[in-house]
Amino acid sequence: MSLRADRLRSTFKKPTWRAALFWLLPALFLGVFFYQPLLAIFNLLISPEWGFAPSTLNWSQVWQPLRFTAFQATLSTLLTLLVGLPSAWLFARFTFPGKKTLKLLSTLPFILPTVVVAAGFNALLGPRGWLNLGLMALFNLDSPPVQFLNTFGAILTAHVFYNTTIIIRVVSNAWSRQNVRIQQAARVLGASPWRTFREVTLPLLRPAILSATLLVFLFNFTSFGVILMLGGPQFATLEVDIYIQAMHLLNLPLAAILSILQLICTLIITVGHNHLNRKTSQTISTRSRNMPVRRPKRGVETFIVVVLVITLFTLLVSPLAALALRSVVKLDANRGERGEIEQGFTLQYYTALWENPRNSLFYVPPIEAGRNSLVFALITIAIAISLGILVAYGQNQPSRLNAFLDPLLMLPLGASAITLGLGFIIVFNKPPFSTLTFPILLPIAHSLIALPFVVRTLGPALQSIPASLRNAARVLGARPFRVWWEVDLPLMAPSILVSMIFALTISLGEFGASSFLTRPQFPTLPIAIYRYISQPGALNYGQALAMSTLLMLVCAAGIFLIERLRLPDMEIF
Amino acid sequence: MLKKTLFVLILFAGLLAACTGQTPDGSATETRTLTVMTHDSFAVSEDVVAQFETENNVKVEFIRSGDTGAALNKAILSKDNPLADVFYGVDNTFLTRALEAGIFESYESPLLAQVPVEFQLDPNFGALPIDYGDVCINYDKAYFEDNSLTIPTSLEELTQPEYTGLLAVENPATSSPGLAFLMATIAEFGEDGYLDYWQQLVDNGLVVVNDWETAYYTNFSGSSGQGPQPMVVSYGSSPAAEVVYAESPIEVAPTASIVGTNTCFRQIEFAGILGGTENRDLAEKFIEFMLSPTFQEDIPLQMFVFPVSNEAELPVEFVDNVDIPTQPATLAPELMDANREAWINAWTEVVLQ
Repeated sequence: MSLRADRLRSTFKKPTWRAALFWLLPALFLGVFFYQPLLAIFNLLISPEWGFAPSTLNWSQVWQPLRFTAFQATLSTLLTLLVGLPSAWLFARFTFPGKKTLKLLSTLPFILPTVVVAAGFNALLGPRGWLNLGLMALFNLDSPPVQFLNTFGAILTAHVFYNTTIIIRVVSNAWSRQNVRIQQAARVLGASPWRTFREVTLPLLRPAILSATLLVFLFNFTSFGVILMLGGPQFATLEVDIYIQAMHLLNLPLAAILSILQLICTLIITVGHNHLNRKTSQTISTRSRNMPVRRPKRGVETFIVVVLVITLFTLLVSPLAALALRSVVKLDANRGERGEIEQGFTLQYYTALWENPRNSLFYVPPIEAGRNSLVFALITIAIAISLGILVAYGQNQPSRLNAFLDPLLMLPLGASAITLGLGFIIVFNKPPFSTLTFPILLPIAHSLIALPFVVRTLGPALQSIPASLRNAARVLGARPFRVWWEVDLPLMAPSILVSMIFALTISLGEFGASSFLTRPQFPTLPIAIYRYISQPGALNYGQALAMSTLLMLVCAAGIFLIERLRLPDMEIF
Repeated sequence: MLKKTLFVLILFAGLLAACTGQTPDGSATETRTLTVMTHDSFAVSEDVVAQFETENNVKVEFIRSGDTGAALNKAILSKDNPLADVFYGVDNTFLTRALEAGIFESYESPLLAQVPVEFQLDPNFGALPIDYGDVCINYDKAYFEDNSLTIPTSLEELTQPEYTGLLAVENPATSSPGLAFLMATIAEFGEDGYLDYWQQLVDNGLVVVNDWETAYYTNFSGSSGQGPQPMVVSYGSSPAAEVVYAESPIEVAPTASIVGTNTCFRQIEFAGILGGTENRDLAEKFIEFMLSPTFQEDIPLQMFVFPVSNEAELPVEFVDNVDIPTQPATLAPELMDANREAWINAWTEVVLQ
């Protein structure tokens, strides 16, 4: 062996170098597609044309949205934990009839564009929603008794609706991978179930819970559509304000300042989280046994399980069901020719989706929109998973580089889609990376958002693989790739699948960046939905609901497919 | 095992990619491409564009770039490296911003002779008027009939007690019709009076929401959403859209617009040739085309606004169901540009806080 190769090898044995090697591609990706456009926008601040003068800034315009943003995000996150943690326990510990279906359905909210969710809540709780219609019929009322839209409660409900699935997926995944022998040991040593939970189970779950909480908080912190469409004009978060300043007042300097503020907050939250989250993840030992899943015991346990299932169903599924129902039911006749009332079941909205009566150039056949959405989602999965695996390995190296790079990876979660979209316009205006000719920019933008999720899911899984397993394989003569293929990959498989679901759902439902980067030749489902709902006419509204229902079905099919693929061999570990 | 999963996924991705690959692009080498940047509401008939394409041996690519503000922002931000040859969709409320940023090249089209002078707001012919529309209050005919309520004819009357809680408007900070309606009140009551008027509206149970979609489909009783308010700020052409997009064919719209003095705000939309284009000849032809009767007559049923050309005829749905206000509210573009932010902020303090 030559001396040079030897030196090279010993260099890469140093953790920092190895970490750097793993980080190389992901960092490059982030640098080109995230930091470059962002800097370009901030650069405008100091350009003479947009001339920013700090003296003209009214600071209350900055503090007010910041205060409200932090307040609603904290409250929403606490409420989400309140629903999510018991649900994670439910999914990790018990079997019950309809469990798989409920898990599938509880993931759906996460994907849906806000336009659809708003329509769903409207179909359920709006002035003409099922609830109000029912109450009015029951008590003979003239006006709708429940006032839900445009309230602070609507914002909180929608946030819980959107994000509960993150807690469920991340926490129950970690919970079910816990080594039951540790708990058994605690019990044998005389600890009560409660003490075992408090001193063994909970500490072991802490990284997963903190990770999930952080993600939920960041999502609530940067909430946009929910605030705008369900909260109403009284409420404005930073992101909403960025949108107003950039798009309606054309005040780019103020928008840029708000964006920077939002990024700083994200950075602080992420760094603080990393600080709290000292590695407490548990390694799988060869004698490890996963937590057994069982039927709930009769009595209190069954009662709690039933209550939880009903709560989840009401909260997460009923708005979606209300929407789907509304898309096949005609409520009233056209009011122009009153008398000829034709209420009841109809498939008219669905058949109309396939027609282009005005011969419009921008008509989108649903199949095509669905296919585009799926193709973009698959590209997103490919990019996010491969980069995510690299990052997870980089993070697994005991190097200080990670403390520095990790928050940078999380920042895209806190970046305003509008700011980033404008940045893309400035930077990517020449071939080959042109917003005009390079349709892959959209899945790239989606990957930026999906990557933090993927890494947060894969990281703990990778850390839990004990070195002894790999060493054993190596001693038995396996080459490095084979060790990875036969040891690491199968052990990470469940987490990879969860990450795939996250990437898929983020890509399918994302609307903010999509509305900036979609090329008219490749419209996605959310874009198609928006196209219908932004025009007056009963048929348009019905078609938007029908298209939304189709989006839900496509998403459900995607999740179902991914969950299905893993089933046969997964029980081995 | 996961291997199988990955294999199936890769296969699946490959199949889908193959499907996508079939989309025809860049087949002919000789055809030039003209890029047109528009806002999201832009729509046109396929055959109308096809006609232009065959006549000029050109492929027209449309980039829809968000709502009016977003699209204009994009055009301004990319003006050193223009993304397109032609920009369509800046309206009179944003016109000054576009002209000050200097994104347009001047082109005095001969077809402007067929366009009334009141639409030609840019004396340097950078931005040329293409269409106009009115933001009006729509009302639910059935509601007013059933409750034997008289239809208000002026903005002033909306503060009367019989209309308490009956009007839904959009937030001018987040919605373009909302902003237009605010402008109408400023045109009617002046900069000194409009805030008092809004205070009276608030006292009379005004309902404010963020976007047109919510106002129209959730709050308005005349749409298929059938909400609680029988009056909503929408477009003058919305009644025609209710007929065109009815679930089962109808002839008379369920809604109508209130057209009195200054009750509607007139929005004029402009197109222009983007500075630095390498296809100036084609861009000129496209502007000509947009002002020609073929395109102008396609406008109403595609975008639900009116053609500016005197030569264009209106479709029957419009003739029957749309009242064009004779005295719409207008404000000078420079005035709107200079005060937009201050007006919105003042409005927010009075109405939302």
